[in-house]
Amino acid sequence: MKRSIQDKIMDSFILVVVTAASVLCLVPILHLAAISLSSNGAILSNKVTIIPVELSIMAYEVVLKDAKMIGSLFFTILLVILYTIICMIMTICAAYPLTKKKLKGRDLFLLMIVFTMFFSGGLIPEYILVKTLKLTNTIWALVLPGMINAFYLIILKSFFSSIPEELEESAKMDGSTHFGTLVRIVLPLSLPVLATLSLFYAVGRWNGFMDALFYITKAELYPIQLKLYQLVISNQMSDATATEGLTSTAPIPESLKAASIMFATIPILLVYPWLQRYFISGIMIGAVKG
Amino acid sequence: MPRSLTKKRWKLSVIQDWQLYALLLVPMLYFVVFKYIPMYGVTIAFKEFNMFQGIWKSPWAGFDAFREIFKMKDFYKVLRNTFMLNLLDLVISFPAPIILALLLNEVRVKWFKKGAQTVLYLPHFISWVIIGGMVYQLLSTNTGLVNILLKSAGVKAIPFLTEPAYWVATYVGTGVWQNAGWGTIIYLAALTGINKELYEAAEVDGAGRLRKIWNITLPGIKPTIIILLIINIGHMASIGFERPYVLGNPLVTDVSDVISTFVYKVGIHSARYTIATAIGLFQAVVGLVFLLSSNYISKKITDQGIW
Repeated sequence: MKRSIQDKIMDSFILVVVTAASVLCLVPILHLAAISLSSNGAILSNKVTIIPVELSIMAYEVVLKDAKMIGSLFFTILLVILYTIICMIMTICAAYPLTKKKLKGRDLFLLMIVFTMFFSGGLIPEYILVKTLKLTNTIWALVLPGMINAFYLIILKSFFSSIPEELEESAKMDGSTHFGTLVRIVLPLSLPVLATLSLFYAVGRWNGFMDALFYITKAELYPIQLKLYQLVISNQMSDATATEGLTSTAPIPESLKAASIMFATIPILLVYPWLQRYFISGIMIGAVKG
Repeated sequence: MPRSLTKKRWKLSVIQDWQLYALLLVPMLYFVVFKYIPMYGVTIAFKEFNMFQGIWKSPWAGFDAFREIFKMKDFYKVLRNTFMLNLLDLVISFPAPIILALLLNEVRVKWFKKGAQTVLYLPHFISWVIIGGMVYQLLSTNTGLVNILLKSAGVKAIPFLTEPAYWVATYVGTGVWQNAGWGTIIYLAALTGINKELYEAAEVDGAGRLRKIWNITLPGIKPTIIILLIINIGHMASIGFERPYVLGNPLVTDVSDVISTFVYKVGIHSARYTIATAIGLFQAVVGLVFLLSSNYISKKITDQGIW
């Protein structure tokens, strides 16, 4: 088919806009990476844009030698793994029975779950609950309160429902129990959506810091984001407001802040491309049916 | 059906499907403990709460807490800020993924489309702490890259983070940055559901590209747009904690203090649990009203709703 000039102009216009949007997404990350890899002198004289100037890995060396930073990193990795495993087990356990239409009480259970998506006790009752259960300053304060995301549960349930019933029926004929069918038939067929939800839970945990801010005061239990918040934001905030006459704390070199930020971002940049194809298909299913 | 028979059926079903109930047990326990007990915990708003006595034993105080919050000047400020920031998000951040999805949908070079999507989704996976760090690196008045470039171009530096009006723009802008790309996924999914024959028919009728977008593509994703719009309007009264908390600073509290950060300050910092719970409850109820009414109105007008 021949394309008109008008069509070609529009195509180029679209390419330009989409490219510009993509560049905008990358520039902040590239700038931070460049800062983290530049010498302090170059940063202070404002020479660094998105390419490192006077390449230096000093900042990373400092971060890697900081025992507290490494401790926080390992704690966060442990936390994310523990959290993701527990979340996935819980979500699967809830989603599978709820696909069974003949399960008595199913509608009530579903209603109870969906209702929590629209109404919640709020911050303070949750905070008091965690305190009353004596979970503060334990890893469990960061795991238990968010074990199931109701929205992910619905996504998983609708995926499970899309698996042909005949498959499960025939397994039942062969004497398979509900557990057996779930483990041997349903789960292997659901790998893309399981990968997607695991990624979401893991990223959510990796990126979250609000609960840690509320519940954790012991420095050994600081997840990386809370550590970063204290290192970077509180510090930078005083920098930003210093010129307006507010007092500033001892400054941390820009490259060190940037390196710490990169340090917490790199793991995500590493996992993300591998799981991308999964989460797109996973979210599509959730979106279309959900 | 006689009662005894229903009971029997229940029993039978539980025995037959005991494995399913066993699977459900712990998850449902989770919802009861971590979702429904806090819902019961909202009674703190009507009590003279004392940590040592617990929720149950603390004495009732009626609507005292509400009377007090309606007298607080800061309460109206955070209420206004919450609605203002959410409204701006709705007007600016809501259409962004729709436009982006329409553009992506028109890209014909496959590898380019895929590459762009990979990059556009990425910000969604970056935490607010890190975004906050980036924002300070890029936008601070003296050392930020953007202002350095502006200054070298002879333009006066812009106080993105310290001047309320600019701060609001920064807040909205970071929201678009983080979510516009990710938001396209759901629209792109909806777009795959549009019947291809419609486009062919339109072509035969001599419709141009814009015409096709206007008359086929947009109506095709209309249901998705409306559902997301209802959900967004339903969330008008509630606001995430991390974004305003990370971006806020002492110079812009007039616009950056919102309900969630206020509840944190009043409740957890100052341990005024009753007041903070009352504010939280007020927010939840207003939110529910918003959700129900936007759903109701949408059903009346467009026949579309979340339920």
